[in-house]
Amino acid sequence: MPTIRINASVSSGQTPRALGLGLQWSKKAAASVKEILGRYPVERSRSAVIPLLWLAQREFGGWLSVDAMQLVADTLELPYIRVYEVASFYTMFNLKPVGKFHVQVCTNCSCMIRGSDAIVAAVKDVTGIEASGENSADGMFTFTEVECLGACVAAPMMQVTLADGPLHYYTHLDAGKVREILGHLKKGGEAATFADTSPAKHDPICGGYGG
Amino acid sequence: MTLPRLKKEDMCFPNLDNSGDWGIKGYKQRGGYQGLKEILQMPVAERIEKLKASGLRGRGGAGFPTGMKWSFMPKPEVSNKPHYLVCNADEGEPGTCKDRDILRYDPHTLVEGMIVGCHTLGAKVGYIYVRGEYYDESSRLVAAIEEARKEGLLGKNICGLGIEVEVHVHLGAGAYICGEETALLESLEGKKGQPRLKPPFPAGFGLYGCPTTINNVETIAQVPPILKNKLEWFTRWGRPGNSGTKIFSVSGSVNKPGNFEAPMSIPLRELIDEYAGGVIGGWENLQAVIPGGSSTPMLNAEQAGRVLMDFDALKAEGTGLGTAAVVVMNKQVDLLRVMVRIAEFYKHESCGQCTPCREGVGWVYRLMERLCRGEGTLEEVDQLYALTKKIEGRTICAFADGAMWPVQGTLKHFRGLIEERVRKNVA
Repeated sequence: MPTIRINASVSSGQTPRALGLGLQWSKKAAASVKEILGRYPVERSRSAVIPLLWLAQREFGGWLSVDAMQLVADTLELPYIRVYEVASFYTMFNLKPVGKFHVQVCTNCSCMIRGSDAIVAAVKDVTGIEASGENSADGMFTFTEVECLGACVAAPMMQVTLADGPLHYYTHLDAGKVREILGHLKKGGEAATFADTSPAKHDPICGGYGG
Repeated sequence: MTLPRLKKEDMCFPNLDNSGDWGIKGYKQRGGYQGLKEILQMPVAERIEKLKASGLRGRGGAGFPTGMKWSFMPKPEVSNKPHYLVCNADEGEPGTCKDRDILRYDPHTLVEGMIVGCHTLGAKVGYIYVRGEYYDESSRLVAAIEEARKEGLLGKNICGLGIEVEVHVHLGAGAYICGEETALLESLEGKKGQPRLKPPFPAGFGLYGCPTTINNVETIAQVPPILKNKLEWFTRWGRPGNSGTKIFSVSGSVNKPGNFEAPMSIPLRELIDEYAGGVIGGWENLQAVIPGGSSTPMLNAEQAGRVLMDFDALKAEGTGLGTAAVVVMNKQVDLLRVMVRIAEFYKHESCGQCTPCREGVGWVYRLMERLCRGEGTLEEVDQLYALTKKIEGRTICAFADGAMWPVQGTLKHFRGLIEERVRKNVA
């Protein structure tokens, strides 16, 4: 006879928030919208859902309110549900407010073997956050344990996403290095300083390219 | 006897070690874009025949022969629809990080591959779907595309031949399942990334219902050097049916983790000892090796000492080459904890479309987690195995299979470890 157990953890999901803001794209973002739409066939503008959600997330504080998703839906002339179902499917879209710095630590196999426990402990210690998915009291940080980020040969590693856009990888970490990086960010230091890859000046979300 | 190390001129990715400039200047110095015009003037059928003869097999995990895949595309004059080449850069299989280094250290290899690929397949537009986390890497890729466009290597009149190819980068947003080719197409169309039933196959009905070929970054980037060089340049490496060079990502308990381009069919032990600085604590301290990313069942130390790293040799050992992401675990590693973590990963990433996967992968994780904590009964160890067999092969895509194989691999080699914990708790 199979044994039936009921200790499954049930996640309640995130309920999106409507703020009644009636958001609009900034002038700069509107130009990006136009450029993003140019990448896809005219009758296939729905392809721009993910790129526009990226744009909205960085425009409106690093997370997606109902208002922000509504703006994307209106821009693409789609029903709201077509945007919401995408936003809630992908883990990088935040449906609740996050800190200025979203610290994501990989704890999958290669990072675990190379000591991600110490990285998680150091992040919790510096930020005062107790569990994955929570924000720090000062609103500066959010900490999330994440799945493999694809930098396994440089493990352990973490990724920090800035509320207004870019994100960087910090690799070959130890607890001391984590303290140094987070302290640097807290003091308003340049996020790219400790990143393991210096980006080109091109922005992969809103381009600066296209013909 | 050890195999000779590849010289720079033998490599498809000479800048994988980041020793030179990733921009177009450095790429051209390494021989990039030389001979591109000649390839684009070569008859399409001849190119596909050469690819078939080269024995190149897809580098994204499944190992499907690339030349054959490309030959499935209809002729543009027959299909009467736009054609697409989509590059899968949604690298997310735990242990795998080779595409990241291609994108940031040698992005032009991919751009040149996209030019050749699009033209060969009759596509005027190509999309590169990059996982959302590779932001800085995508930035370099976009810069490389821009550089190529400025030099007339992309656009409406490539190399002055009147050939038209445009390439766009599309960022994902964090979903492992989008690495499955039809889920990737769904995602690119602006939907949830849930795999499609096949048939119809993408070559007939892919992106926007048009003929589409989807290939991994490494596969696409290897096409131009294969076409430019003599056939033997590629086929001299590896055993028949497994030819060429390959990037191996070696991580975990080794002294010098890294991405290495090496000949196919290299002995695993040589890869670990000669390239990755050896197992931490010495070869005798080896416990197990995951040979091709988290989906491939692990090898025990005895197998790891004799196996060759290619598709057929690993298949014969009951596992697979997958993405050639080698995760090494020495005896200090809590192997069961690592495997439970991998099971948790699959629970998190199941797209929820098929019930055996949505319900079953979570069940397997919870059962495994409990057993490895020492709770449960020996009978449940059998139940765990039976469960994996009832999930495998019963879903739309191969995700659930990939989630079950590592569990089966753990039970095959390390069942004793689990039983020991259960017994200890009962006693």
